[in-house]
Amino acid sequence: MSSKDRILSRIRRAASGPDPEVPRDYLRVHGSRTPAERVDLLAAHLTEYRATVHRTDEDGLPMLLAWLLSRHESVLVPPGLPPYWLSAADPTRIHDRAASTPAGLDRVGGVITGCALAVAETGTIVLDGGPDQGRRRITLIPDHHVCVVRVPGQVVDSVPQALERLDPTRPLTWISGPSATSDIELDRVEGVHGPRVLDVVLLDAQ
Amino acid sequence: MTGTDLGMPAFPPFPEAAREAVGNEVLRANLRHATHTIRDKRARAVAELDDWDRLRAAGKAVKDHTLRHLDRYLLELEAAVTAAGGTVHWAVDAEEANRIVTGLVLATGEREVVKVKSMATQEIGLNEALEAAGIAAYETDLAELIVQLGHDRPSHILVPAIHRNRGEIRDLFRTEMGRWGRPAPEDLGDDPRELAEAARLHLREKFLRARVGVSGANFMVAETGTMVVLESEGNGRMCLTLPETLISVVGIEKVVPTFRDLEIFLQTLPRSSTAERMNPYTTMWTGLGPSKGADGDGPTAFHLVLLDNGRTDTLADPTGRQALRCIRCSACLNVCPVYERAGGHAYGSVYPGPIGAVLSPQLRGTAAPIDATLPYASTLCGACYEVCPVAIDIPEILVHLRERVVQGGPVTREGVRVRIRPAHGHTAERAAMRAARLLLDRPGALRAGERLLSRARRLRPRRLPGPGRAWTDTRALPDVPAESFRDWWARERKSPQK
Repeated sequence: MSSKDRILSRIRRAASGPDPEVPRDYLRVHGSRTPAERVDLLAAHLTEYRATVHRTDEDGLPMLLAWLLSRHESVLVPPGLPPYWLSAADPTRIHDRAASTPAGLDRVGGVITGCALAVAETGTIVLDGGPDQGRRRITLIPDHHVCVVRVPGQVVDSVPQALERLDPTRPLTWISGPSATSDIELDRVEGVHGPRVLDVVLLDAQ
Repeated sequence: MTGTDLGMPAFPPFPEAAREAVGNEVLRANLRHATHTIRDKRARAVAELDDWDRLRAAGKAVKDHTLRHLDRYLLELEAAVTAAGGTVHWAVDAEEANRIVTGLVLATGEREVVKVKSMATQEIGLNEALEAAGIAAYETDLAELIVQLGHDRPSHILVPAIHRNRGEIRDLFRTEMGRWGRPAPEDLGDDPRELAEAARLHLREKFLRARVGVSGANFMVAETGTMVVLESEGNGRMCLTLPETLISVVGIEKVVPTFRDLEIFLQTLPRSSTAERMNPYTTMWTGLGPSKGADGDGPTAFHLVLLDNGRTDTLADPTGRQALRCIRCSACLNVCPVYERAGGHAYGSVYPGPIGAVLSPQLRGTAAPIDATLPYASTLCGACYEVCPVAIDIPEILVHLRERVVQGGPVTREGVRVRIRPAHGHTAERAAMRAARLLLDRPGALRAGERLLSRARRLRPRRLPGPGRAWTDTRALPDVPAESFRDWWARERKSPQK
């Protein structure tokens, strides 16, 4: 008998008893908010997790991004990033290609992406590998991640609302603040492996 | 002793190990600071959600329902993972799981792997098995790195190096890092920031050249084949993204039926474990994705090893099986008065604390002395049940396992129903219980005994002689009251009402 058959037959002999119905009476959202309040809550929670939050509109975006990325000589850019976002930026744009090696990406200081959505109640941005976000590795290796969230359209209140809008077959990365560890005497330290600086730009619809 | 291995060498019974740990004042201070800090933060994070009790009930029900139909959901998972380009393997025990993983690594031609912190791979002693096959396994979680460099054992599920202070960690980094890769800076200080930076540089070198990654998973979704890993540092994202081959070893109880079910656990797990609204990073991947890894986003080969290792035996016990609901948040460790004083090592398993006290003796059986004593490693205060986000009634299982240890009875071991004999060393307890029953059935004898005891109360020894000595080894003998309750009652009832 194969190990699979052995495990399955053990389960079939062992599993017995009541089969509970899953109560779904927990809340879809905690509190009711206007779109503006939702965006404010997202900003507050991101800040609490030591991300830096900026707000601007379409006209102000290129200048803001130019300023945020000015400390880097080069910056990683996903294939589908709207070109006007970086129209004022100086750094050399490094386009991520399948052939780009991790060591190559490690020489780039910053990365700029959009996102799939953001969750206000938990202060989370979610990337799903869309054209304005690129491969999972590009938001991981550089030490500085700038993420643009379109508000209020890309902001949901809660985790249940976020899952509803996501496609599980896509590679999903949920990010809540910069990389952090508390392994040494529970002292929180930013970074260890992921980006140590996370700038989130809330881009107002016009 | 069965073949189930929980990643720890032969270990003394809990009371012996605990006695030593309790005498270590540095350890007690470290543990007290850690557990109290996390438990207070956790209470605040949980209080933010008005529907916590409902989320807890839903989480419990999802897990119970899944366990009830575990065969169905595992087959569904296997089909979904396979359809998404992954390969599924089934491992009955630790040895088989280690053999599968070792074979997969050797087949890639590589001799080193990077690892995401994973309870399942610790449980099966994978690192040791890989080492025996000439493969170096590098732990990349900072705490696991500290444990690994120190040839030490983890002492907490969430913060495995919590028993070490910053000075010890600095010394370890200075002496050990150079032997495994990039050495620590000569002038390394003991500031956590500096230490983390040293670990970052040491490990980055490994991430960037790694071609094989090994992980566990917090959840597996049957419906879609999606794997979910929650973490804080980004080492998980590194290991799950950069290598060409990814091997995940996951306990069969980690499956949930639908993608939607994650909405419960993504709310309860971070708040229960690190007391955060959400952990910094969560990675979800489904096989090799729609493009089957062709665009180079993530590994180009994915293997899932489904691990039994005593879980189906645990499932066969209607009381004990609720331990399989555990999502490894470690909230129970942080509230446990016994864990706080004895520390994680005393539990002789990678699963310490209250959940370890119920999980280890079920996965391994109660034959070894350590496993026969674990159900007693508790005051039964119930705090662990109160904080458990999936409502595991740990005190109930502890009492159930104590009964099994003392009385023996039917259990399932390696899929076979067997009857175990009462454990040695409980003769005195059984005799005492028989004597109590005799006495409590005879009110006259009880009254006479009580009076005799009251009159002789000044003669009370500090420790009991004979078979009772074991009991007073760890407890102070209580004072005998001047008057028994029954005498007091009789006297009060005779006197006029005030």
